[in-house]
Amino acid sequence: MNAFARIVWFVVKKDLTVEVRSLEILSTTMFFAVTVVLMFSFGLVVDGRPLNDVAAAILWVAIAFSGTLALGRTFERERHNDTLRALLLAPADRPALYVGKLLGILLLLGLVELVLVPLIGLLFNAPVIQQAVPLLLLVGAGTLGFAAVGTLFAAMLVRARSRDVLLPIMLYPMTVPVMIAGVRGTAALFQPTPDAAVAQFWLSLLAAFDVVFVVLALWTFEPVMTD
Amino acid sequence: MLVMMALAAGMFAVAPWMIDAAPYEATMGLVYKIYFFHMPSAWMFLTAAVVAGVASFRLLFLKRPRADHWVTAAAELAVLFGAFTLVTGPLWARKAWGVWWVWDARLTSSLMLFMIFVAYTLLRKYGGPGSDKLGAGLALFGMANVPFIYVSVNYWRTFHPPTSVVPTLPVEMGIPLWYCVTAFTLLFVILLRLRARLEHQRARVEALYLAEDEA
Amino acid sequence: MSDLSRLIVTDVARHYGRRKALSQISFTCDAGEIVGLLGPNGAGKSTLLNILATLLAPSLGRVEYGHMTADAGAAVRAQIGMLGHDLFLYPELTARENLSFFGHLYGLRDVAERVASALDRASLASRADDQVGGFSRGMRQRVALERALLHDPKLILLDEPFTGLDQASTRALVDRLKDRQRAGCLIVLATHDLDVVDGLLTRALFLINGRQSMDPQSGGSLRERYQQAVAGA
Repeated sequence: MNAFARIVWFVVKKDLTVEVRSLEILSTTMFFAVTVVLMFSFGLVVDGRPLNDVAAAILWVAIAFSGTLALGRTFERERHNDTLRALLLAPADRPALYVGKLLGILLLLGLVELVLVPLIGLLFNAPVIQQAVPLLLLVGAGTLGFAAVGTLFAAMLVRARSRDVLLPIMLYPMTVPVMIAGVRGTAALFQPTPDAAVAQFWLSLLAAFDVVFVVLALWTFEPVMTD
Repeated sequence: MLVMMALAAGMFAVAPWMIDAAPYEATMGLVYKIYFFHMPSAWMFLTAAVVAGVASFRLLFLKRPRADHWVTAAAELAVLFGAFTLVTGPLWARKAWGVWWVWDARLTSSLMLFMIFVAYTLLRKYGGPGSDKLGAGLALFGMANVPFIYVSVNYWRTFHPPTSVVPTLPVEMGIPLWYCVTAFTLLFVILLRLRARLEHQRARVEALYLAEDEA
Repeated sequence: MSDLSRLIVTDVARHYGRRKALSQISFTCDAGEIVGLLGPNGAGKSTLLNILATLLAPSLGRVEYGHMTADAGAAVRAQIGMLGHDLFLYPELTARENLSFFGHLYGLRDVAERVASALDRASLASRADDQVGGFSRGMRQRVALERALLHDPKLILLDEPFTGLDQASTRALVDRLKDRQRAGCLIVLATHDLDVVDGLLTRALFLINGRQSMDPQSGGSLRERYQQAVAGA
């Protein structure tokens, strides 16, 4: 394993170990995501029937909101005891630290989505099982795009003031393409006759977004984190 | 610089006559002429966004600290021209389509880009020390995002791309339009340089202040 | 180890807007020397240590690590060990896990052996598999010190290392520092605990309001000289 991959591995392992000890971020984020789904459902289900495409919208909004919380709290952990400083002090490749953190967030959000997607299927009679594979790809690609930008921004803001509100302020406008692509793609899959072509279009947009922004984040991480 | 300012002032003074001379458009009457200010403003908004992005790149990767002055200036102008565009747009839309806002690709994309620059302003104001680099990261990402925002919003409403909202213009309308574009460009350049110079001066004052009591 | 045998700080300043956190700081530290940074709270000691650790860029001046500067990036950082004021430990991880993690982060080969001997030195072998969050301040300090020294750094930076330590731990830390000093390390230490370091330091810098004055090294105890410097500022 080369040095970069080793650093990524150890950072992910460390984050997993820390989280497994308390499960704090996972359980609270998951519960929060479920709450968001219910809250929005109350607003958007009229006469006992959901408005068109609402299931897709609610899914992605829940991902965005809970993702932002999870990001903030993961980096809050690194702020406590100043361990982020220790990470930056190490001779480890900075982009490797970024990738390690990103994978940790993806794992966390992935677990939350494992609960959210079936929940949406249940509440809205959405065909999540039949569309499992395309849905998996879509949600995966969207979460990657969201988390790629989010991890960078959350890391950048660790030492800033007002960081808890600045993260969503910066993140949401920037991830609008992810939201749009995710919602429209998922909605296309949830239609009575699912439109695979449309979903594929949105998936490719997400893939392009992911590539561009992961690369951009890898380049920008070092200059932005050095004071 | 003074020449530019005089020229710009002159051009803006004459503009109402130029706009008046343009023929009336069939369905809309007088109000469509807002377009002569709306479109150049939109272009300046995009230009400001690009300038901010390029200056951010220079700050972060070419390590030029003075580039930060240009990012600040350009971002401020992006908010200014963006706000102008987003106000004149709905004014036009109300007359053209009867509604204040339509979720069309261009307007919505502009709104999202505008939000990114407002976020930049908030970040610089409330983020504390070090937010110059953070802001540069944000502006750089914003610039990279422009094509994605546009494509996603474009295909969002209906999968089939809508027809362009910009009508094709006859020649007589072209002249006042390009005239206004020129005037706006001059205005933009002047404001950008003045604002960046303000930042340079501020930095120099700070440096002088700091050097003042060195033994 | 390495060829880092001299730390040269030349005219370093750090500004935040109009506030001068540090100005005109110049000193050197050679192998086998312990330089003390003494001063009241807010004097800039932590800022200076962060600059020396390459975590903060100076607004003016430069720092040379042997032939290298902070631009050498990872090469310089590999030679630096820092004991921060906030200890840099993950409370949910055990002492062993904390040390192993940082060992791997620093690319060390024989992590398990190094961690084992570090735990022995810190007299924490029996508590190695307990979470650090449950340790007393003194115990956490010992783990943090071992973490800082795990990769055998040539330049050791310590920020208020004696805070909250009892007599025995203080003794142990002083002995450890003397041992490192004999091994040829460069040590820069920021502290309030003047009585503890009196006699330990090769040289002292008094940092008051971001400016330095060198310790005359004669004329009473360290505490007395320090108080004079503060009064005179």
